[in-house]
Parts: sequence; C-alpha cells; structure tokens
Amino acid sequence: MLRFVVRRLLLLVPVLAGLVVLLFAWLRALPGDPARALLGQRATPESIAQVNAAYGFDQPLPVQFLTYVGRLLRGDLGSSSASGEPVLDSFLSRFPATIELSVAALLFAVVLGIPLGYAAARRAGGALDTLMVGGSLLGVTIPVFFLAYLLKIVFSQWLPWLPTSGRQDPRIDATHVTGFYVLDGILTREWDASWDAVVHLVLPGIALGTIPLAIIVRITRASVLEVLGEDHVRTARAKGLPRALISRRHVLRNALLPVVTTIGLQTGLLFSGAVLTESVFAFNGIGSYLFQAISQLDYAVLQGFILFIALTYALVNLVVDLLYGVIDPRVRLS
Amino acid sequence: MTQISEALEPATPTAPDPDAVGSGGLWHSAWRRLRRNPTAIAGAVIVLAFLLVALFAPLIAPGQPGVPLPDSGVTPSSVPGPSPGHPLGLDSPGTDLLTQLVFGARQSLLIGVVSTALGLAGGAVLGVLAGGVGGWVDTVVMRLVDILLSIPSLLLAVSVAAVLGQRPISVMIAIAAAQVPIFARLLRGSMLAQRGSDYVLAVHSLGVRRRTVVMSHLLPNSLGPVIVQATLTLATAIIEVAALSYLGLGASNPSTAEWGRMLVNAQSRLATDPHLAIWPGACIAVTALGFTLLGEALREALDPKGRK
Repeated sequence: MLRFVVRRLLLLVPVLAGLVVLLFAWLRALPGDPARALLGQRATPESIAQVNAAYGFDQPLPVQFLTYVGRLLRGDLGSSSASGEPVLDSFLSRFPATIELSVAALLFAVVLGIPLGYAAARRAGGALDTLMVGGSLLGVTIPVFFLAYLLKIVFSQWLPWLPTSGRQDPRIDATHVTGFYVLDGILTREWDASWDAVVHLVLPGIALGTIPLAIIVRITRASVLEVLGEDHVRTARAKGLPRALISRRHVLRNALLPVVTTIGLQTGLLFSGAVLTESVFAFNGIGSYLFQAISQLDYAVLQGFILFIALTYALVNLVVDLLYGVIDPRVRLS
Repeated sequence: MTQISEALEPATPTAPDPDAVGSGGLWHSAWRRLRRNPTAIAGAVIVLAFLLVALFAPLIAPGQPGVPLPDSGVTPSSVPGPSPGHPLGLDSPGTDLLTQLVFGARQSLLIGVVSTALGLAGGAVLGVLAGGVGGWVDTVVMRLVDILLSIPSLLLAVSVAAVLGQRPISVMIAIAAAQVPIFARLLRGSMLAQRGSDYVLAVHSLGVRRRTVVMSHLLPNSLGPVIVQATLTLATAIIEVAALSYLGLGASNPSTAEWGRMLVNAQSRLATDPHLAIWPGACIAVTALGFTLLGEALREALDPKGRK
C-alpha cells in the first residue's frame, strides 16, 4: 500500500515536470511582450527595460527557465501581474471556498445520484427509468452557466427563498479560522454563520452538481443492471436471502466500483465548472480568481492555476485508486 | 468538458437484433439499427433542424445580425417585447432576438464542426504515430497525451484562447487542443486492439509494408469509436464555445451573432428579462442534446455487444 502510494507520487514527477516545460515553452512562444502587457501601450522604452530587468525577461531563455524552475521548487508560483500578490497565497486563501462548493456539488450528485440510478435499474424500462435516462441526457448537455442563470432567475424572482450570490450574508459578523465558512461556524459555535454559509451553497452546489449527478445516475444504472444479471445474484435469490440484504451486499457493493471511478473523474472536472458557477454566483473561490486573471491576461496566475489544478487532479485520482482497494478487495494495489 | 462524454458508460447491452445477424458489414448493420432507434431519429431531427436553420439563416431571419435598430426602444430597465416583424422582441443591444438566434446557429455549428475536425485531425496524427509506429515514439506521444489529459479541458481551452487572442480561429484551436489528447488516446487504443487480430497477422505475413498495414488496414478499422466520440465531442464543443464567450474569450467581433455572447449580454438583465438568457441557453442545450443523442445511438449501433 505504502509502496503503491510512493510509486504513484514518483510517477507524478515526470508528468508535472513535462507540464512545467510545456507551459514555459508555450508562454515564451507567444508573440506578446509581457512588459508591455503589464505597463500598457503608452509605456516608455525606459520603463519597459526596467520591468524586463526586474522580472528577468532580459536574461537568456535557459537562465529564465532555470530561475523559474528554481522558484517553483521552492513553492513560489510567481506574482500576479495585475495585483502584485503572490499567486500561491491568492490560491490558498480562495481554495477553501472552491473546495466547499465542490463538496456541496458532489454531495448533491452522490446522495441523489446513486439511489436514483439504482431505482432506475431495478425497474428498467419503466416510467422512472425512462425519466432518469432522459433527464440524465439533458443534465449532461445543459451548459453549467445556463443552469446557474436559470436557478438565479427562479430563486431571485419567483421564489426568493435562497440567496443567489456570495458565500455568506455580509451582515453576519463571522469569525474565520480555516477559511471553510461552514466549518468555521461550527468551530466557533456561531451556528447562524454556519447555517448561512450552508444556505449560500445550495444553488451554486446544484448548478455545479448537475452534470456529475446526471453522469452518476447513468453509471450507477448501467452498473447495477449488469450486476443484477450475474450468476451470484441469482444464487443469492435462489437461496431465499432477503431482498434488502441482496441489494446491499450483493448488488450495490459490486456495482459501486465504476461509480467510484466516475466520482473521482468528476472531482477533477468540477474545477472547470467551478470557474463558471463561481462567477455567476459571485462566489469568491479560485474559479472567480481565474475569471479575473483571464480578463487581465495575467499569465502568472493562469500558469500557476493550471499547475495547481493538475496537481490536485492527480492527487484526487490517487485517492480514487486507493479507494478501489477498500471497496473491492479483488483489486490489489501494485 | 470534453471528458464528460468520454466518461459516459458504454451503451447498455441491448436485445439481440435478428436483422443484424449475417447481413452486410459492420457499417451496413449499424445503419439498419440506427434507422430503427428512436434515440437516433430524435437526435438526427434536432441536428438536421439546426443545420438547416444555419444554412438558410439569411432566408429565415427577419433581419440582419448584429445591427442594432435605430429606434429600438431599449432602456436600461427593459427591452421591447414581441412586435410585428420581431416575433421574439429585441435583445439588450437592440437587435432582433430571432435574427441573432438564427445566425447564432451558424456560428455555433461552424465553430463546433471546425474545432472538432481540427481536434480529430491532431488526435489522429498522434494516435497513428503512437499506435502504428509503436516503440519509443509511442512512449513519447503517450506521455505528452497524459500531460495534456492532466489539465481539465476547459482550462486547457482557456489558456490557449487567452494566449492566441480573441479571434474565431483561436477559439477553434483552443477547443480542438482540448480534444486532441482524447482522440489520440482513443485511436491508439483502438489500433492496438486491432494489431493482434488475425487479419492483421495475415496481411503482415503476405509481406505488406508496415505503412500500408497501418494506413489501409488498422486505421479504417479503428474508426468506429472515433466517429462516436466526434459526434459526442460536437455537443461539448458547442457548449465550450459558449463557455469561452462567457469567460470573455469568445470571438470578439460584435457583429457576429453567437449564443454564448447573447447569454453574457443577458446577464445584467436576468432579473427583468429572463427570456433573453433562456432562448440562447435553450438553443445551446438543445443542439448539444441533439448531437449527444446521435452519438449515443451511434455508439449503440456500433457496439459489438449489441451486434451479436
């Protein structure tokens, strides 16, 4: 187990190294001039030279590359050219918001998706099944931000029950310990603050969770259908085992493996959706940070963001592979 | 987002189809089963309808796209509703909403098709190199593909579009870039699966050159899953075009009507005029749905499990 984890972490090194080289080459191959992008069109030659010297853009490319890699190895992702803030600090201060949102979306998708997919498979061909299959197709093809708009329209105009922007009501004077607002409220026993943060998560969570929900319903349905047709289920039935027991031990347990894989894949993809969802709901996470970085052509942030997400994505997939072994003892980690 | 379609499970096993047994080749029987599949027909109808609208946009649309009407009557608080000559009313810059929607179909389908074609071409080159040549070429290409796959596709598209600037062609390249690794991997896997089969061994033993084996035997027989993926990718490409527009990275020429941009323009009026967002959003969702239905049906039709 430990050997497996270490080997997987070591395998990450060449992938990330490749990504670093690719990103560096990519940015240098651009026609643009970073100093000019920073200073604007009316910059004097002197100020451009100054910026070039300050950021090391006047050095030969190999030197620039080594400096860049040296910084990366020390955990320095550079500074935003728009705000001057260190990129890593900005990510770390905003990441809790995105994690909260992703967890909310996943909870919505998993808690609803597995039972729905299971129910659809049990009555395959029935009305519920048809509804689920159709609904999940629609769920995959509806653009995230359009769904976010729809939710915003419905809940700001017609049914004003839920907040449609922000992470917490600004009137609540909450203490922040970890940056996870829901958790902060629990830690400081400010239950109101915690509840308010939860309520703010509902709509963005649904918007972001709909695609994973649709996919989880489909995978669960297909997987359960396949297991239901297997011999060991028939044997269990023939033995006269109670239905509930068969469902839990023989069907669900075996059907969950592909579902877990899918959940892992979706976790990585949530970051893409989060960029769009966060900006519709003014949810201050890394997604809305990237949104700003794009509009300001902030290369340091873009570059740091991609590395950061790729690393997170790889780690999530590692956890998924570890979970395999827990759920299905037949899977030996090697 | 492109990975979404990839993540969908293969079609559930369907009942054996008596017609399929022993009749014609793979494509022939696939076509037969497609024609009988309601999913395929629904998808085809939707796709065809939007294609026709896109082709004949100037004949269908009541006006010119991207031209705000001089006496539009758009105020900061409201837009004019339906009126004779403007069946859906006007949008916030003061252009005819129906015209924008109709010409938007052109833009979305064009960008979607071109970017998928580019992604397919790029992926095919890499896939053939990896699966056909093998050896160290395979290793190098697949490591590159792994790296590209380690970035969520929308973010990859975002970085490419941000770098290339706001032109329609850069949006197409950006979306294609995100698809290349998926097609490459699919084609390689499919070719490797073919490589061990008897007919390939037979061709080899006849002394046919490797290049010919790869290009005229392995490649054509590996295309099934690639075509399915391309259909599904069209759906995600259309959504991604809108997403890039939404992020401020779309084609910047304001005189081209584009659904994603219409959604962005509608954002500030969500509270008062939700229909401005609902129409283009529904167009994106329905077009994407059409391609997805068609792709799913194709997958089912080409699935060996369903054929036997």
